Amino acid sequence: MTERLAVNKTYKQFIGGAFERSESGRSYPVVGAGGELLAHAVQGSRKDVRDAVAAARSAQGGWAGRTAYNRGQILYRVAEVMESRRDEFAAEVARAGDGCDHSAAAAETAAAIDRWVWYAGWADKFATVLGGVNPVAGPYFNLSVPEPVGVVGIVAPDEPPLLPLVSRLAPVIVSGNTAVVLASERGPLAAVTLAETLALSDVLAGVVNIITGRRDELVPPLADHAAVDSLDISGCDSQQSANAARQAAATITRVVSASAAEQQWAAEAAQSPYLIDAFCETKTVWHPKGR
Amino acid sequence: MTEPSASGGKLAPTGELSLDYAPAPESIAPVRLASQYGLFVGGEMLEPVRERLAPTVNPATGEVLAEVSVADAADVDRAVAAARSAWEGGWRDLPGAERAKYLYRVARLLQERAREFAVLETMDGGKPIRESRDVDVPLAAAHFFYYAGWADKLDYAFSGRRAAPVGVAAQVIPWNFPLLMAAWKLAPALACGNTAVLKPAPTTPLTALLLTEVLRDAELPAGVVNIVTGDDATGAALVSHPGVDKVAFTGSTEAGRVIGAEVAGTGKRLTLELGGKAANIVFEDAALDQVTEGIVNGIYFNGGQVCCAGSRLLVQESVADAVVGKLRRRMDTLRVGDPLDKNTDIGAINSQAQLDRIAELVASGVAEGAELYSPPCELPDRGFFHPPALFTNVSTAHRIAREEIFGPVLSVLTFRTAAEAVAKANNTPYGLSAGIWTEKGSRILWMADQMQAGVVWANTFNRFDPASPFGGYRESGYGREGGRSGLLPYVGLVA
Repeated sequence: MTERLAVNKTYKQFIGGAFERSESGRSYPVVGAGGELLAHAVQGSRKDVRDAVAAARSAQGGWAGRTAYNRGQILYRVAEVMESRRDEFAAEVARAGDGCDHSAAAAETAAAIDRWVWYAGWADKFATVLGGVNPVAGPYFNLSVPEPVGVVGIVAPDEPPLLPLVSRLAPVIVSGNTAVVLASERGPLAAVTLAETLALSDVLAGVVNIITGRRDELVPPLADHAAVDSLDISGCDSQQSANAARQAAATITRVVSASAAEQQWAAEAAQSPYLIDAFCETKTVWHPKGR
Repeated sequence: MTEPSASGGKLAPTGELSLDYAPAPESIAPVRLASQYGLFVGGEMLEPVRERLAPTVNPATGEVLAEVSVADAADVDRAVAAARSAWEGGWRDLPGAERAKYLYRVARLLQERAREFAVLETMDGGKPIRESRDVDVPLAAAHFFYYAGWADKLDYAFSGRRAAPVGVAAQVIPWNFPLLMAAWKLAPALACGNTAVLKPAPTTPLTALLLTEVLRDAELPAGVVNIVTGDDATGAALVSHPGVDKVAFTGSTEAGRVIGAEVAGTGKRLTLELGGKAANIVFEDAALDQVTEGIVNGIYFNGGQVCCAGSRLLVQESVADAVVGKLRRRMDTLRVGDPLDKNTDIGAINSQAQLDRIAELVASGVAEGAELYSPPCELPDRGFFHPPALFTNVSTAHRIAREEIFGPVLSVLTFRTAAEAVAKANNTPYGLSAGIWTEKGSRILWMADQMQAGVVWANTFNRFDPASPFGGYRESGYGREGGRSGLLPYVGLVA
């Protein structure tokens, strides 16, 4: 009897709800803590970034058009599906190459799941906390509401591979934004596995798009894209950040980056309704009162 | 609306009603101008910088009102240092209740000297005295009063977070609402415990300089507010100064791009309030007489030199002729001329450069085939004036339908369905404001949801209030001024 040979997973990008290789046909080796080959991840191209932005743009109206209750249930569903695959995520995180042991990986996975639950509950509450009626000095009804900014580009922090990604993604999509995520360059595999859970969680196709590959190649076309309304550069180094912000300025794109407190990923400070607000526009509507 | 009858007034040759008004000029007696002004740094009005002076002109007459100093990089450096030292030397640690009292004092002093500020604003900027008296100055005082109240209540503003001041704010403001923009910038910055260096626009520095007397009389600690007059180079030196923690800019989208690139990678916080090309959307069931007044207020308020001006009229096809007819008749009664006259509806254009830009865009509208209407009106023989203008037969591709004109020029387009109105309204890179006119409540709410704009006025237009957030989507900028949202640019949220 020979030992059963494992079936290895092909890690693809996630664009418009489909798992695809790069149009460029390229891949790059992803290695574990001991230097062993884990997989060949897709080395995405600028064309892939553009396709992902197009998918995110066309999905945005439909996602924002869902009721807040529905978006909340879908985010909660992500947590449910992740929970059922906890061991798989923990193993993925442990193998990612940042030398974290199994219990740390399990803790990170649990924190990531809990973060989805936390933001799921905000879906139908953040507008109450962030918006409201403004008592203007005149006979007018005046109401401010936060609305999703549109398409958000997220450069995910490099490590750890899962919790920071979820911490930046969940507050972006809960309000009705869609996202193009550049996964961790060193450890992209957990992001792809997350994409598989998103695909099973009623998250509409194109709401989350995940590109893997080289930051230096992928950040510029994302920062430059006129259809990207806001950019989270938490995963950029200082040079990449400065360049991305300079590019973003040309289209008045809002640039956001995780504060030092928010980078304590497991801490309470890493989650906030004001992080939802950072990817929203405040709309204020006036109407006269009269008999 | 009934047609004017011969008995209602004297008939002009066109058959239209003509209303003659005696001049009703506001007295300029309350205004005492110096011939030259220095910079306001560290609580002192410095001596004028004699080798670098620039005139500020009354746009209604072309006369020089005074000369102001043009701050260079060294002057800016001194102002930022004064702001830094005031911040570290006490302002950031002052109890909110004490900061509040300074701001309340400023509000009260502005109210007490309101007439003087209003007259000076009109002299320096050209806007009708009716507007500076009834809108700019009262709202400026109201902003200080409103944010004064926040200064000791910041712990209640953001759930689960403490609001910490940011440091030194660099604030660059435009010429269309000079004092009001200074108030919009300074009041929230100071309330949140920051200090500021404010740079007024080159053509309208005088009310900001007069504000220094108010700050002095309020006994505001030295260096909490510093005012550097000057040109674009002054603004660039301020925005790029490494001692600045936060940059707030109101002005053109083009300048916003430059500032965004300048600030990139520095860690400075940035908010931008930029241009607009607002759609004012009229449905067939709207109250058309109210609509007419709303359209006029939307585009001719401050001569259209307003970033949120309702410069694109989208009117439902079935009532387009009726609306344009009413609008033309109303335009015929607008009084253009001396901004100091209390009857004036449209005052002077702020500068020759702005008048040239308006004229150039109006010429492009005619050249591209749109139909121009301007009422017959006599413009003053000096100063910078432009008659109210209305373009029909406008296509979405015309420059006058796409570019911000910043003048009293309205472009009329039509639509058939609500979906088409939404598509046309959002067909612009800007997203500052929008207007909706209909008597149907559900349609108002649906349309308001569809608008890619930070402020939506339904059955009204151009309303402002310190409690109401103001600011744009897309290329109209980011960040809000006014309301609780207006605190956010000036605080760091700490868990």
